Amino acid sequence: MSVETITFAILAVLALAGGFGLILSRNPVYALLYTLLSMFCVAGLFLTLHAEFLAAIQVIVYAGAIMVLFLFVINLLNLQVEDVEQVYYNWRTMGAMLLGLGFLVELLLAFRGTGLLDKSRAGEAFSYGKVEPIGHVLMTGYVFPFEMISVILLVALMGALIIAKKHAV
Amino acid sequence: MNFPDTTFFYLALSAALFAIGLTGVLIRRNGIIVFMCIELMLNAVNLTLVTFSRLYDDPAGTMLVFFVMCVAAAEAVVGLAIFIALFRNQRNIDINNVNLFKW
Repeated sequence: MSVETITFAILAVLALAGGFGLILSRNPVYALLYTLLSMFCVAGLFLTLHAEFLAAIQVIVYAGAIMVLFLFVINLLNLQVEDVEQVYYNWRTMGAMLLGLGFLVELLLAFRGTGLLDKSRAGEAFSYGKVEPIGHVLMTGYVFPFEMISVILLVALMGALIIAKKHAV
Repeated sequence: MNFPDTTFFYLALSAALFAIGLTGVLIRRNGIIVFMCIELMLNAVNLTLVTFSRLYDDPAGTMLVFFVMCVAAAEAVVGLAIFIALFRNQRNIDINNVNLFKW
């Protein structure tokens, strides 16, 4: 058992716990905190994969911006505990759980079965984890998508303003 | 056990997170929690992409994760605006009440 394996195990267990907490907790704020745990753990897993830039972006964008936005909206809507729905244990829930389980098994079989996981072609080190190589790739091969991101953000900004306006259609 | 041997565990974890998010989308009725489950699924896919990017030392996966995060930020803004509009109209965000297009 190397340090890497132990770190992975701890982070994986916490990420899964966060996921289960998300889908099982009744209070939206608790669900959000569980999601936050899961996202921090995914950031930690990015670190163990030597994707340092993405780990930082994960914490800043997901944990720092998106989740705080969710928290803001939950508090803005002021959902009372009476409004918070229960997780019903009826045939629909059981069917959904079976479907999720079947999907997991299918994904695992797919990962195991395809030639996608070819360890003989594995690179020795990860050279695209730091800011400088990522910036270089972004400004050479991916300039067009990178510029389109600005359009997407502008459209999302205007769309959110229009949708959430008081006297919208 | 170091990196190339642990690849399958990373992929299995990401598959499990995706399945949890999928189950959450199907069983929850609170719109905001459904939305958070979608974010969890996006995170799971990001983990797969980073794992393959690391495995083959290829920038494509890293770039795709970068763009997924940008689009997720835009999507969160629009989705939460939709929930605010929904709450203004019917005073709750139970997605079972949003059935105008339901067959």
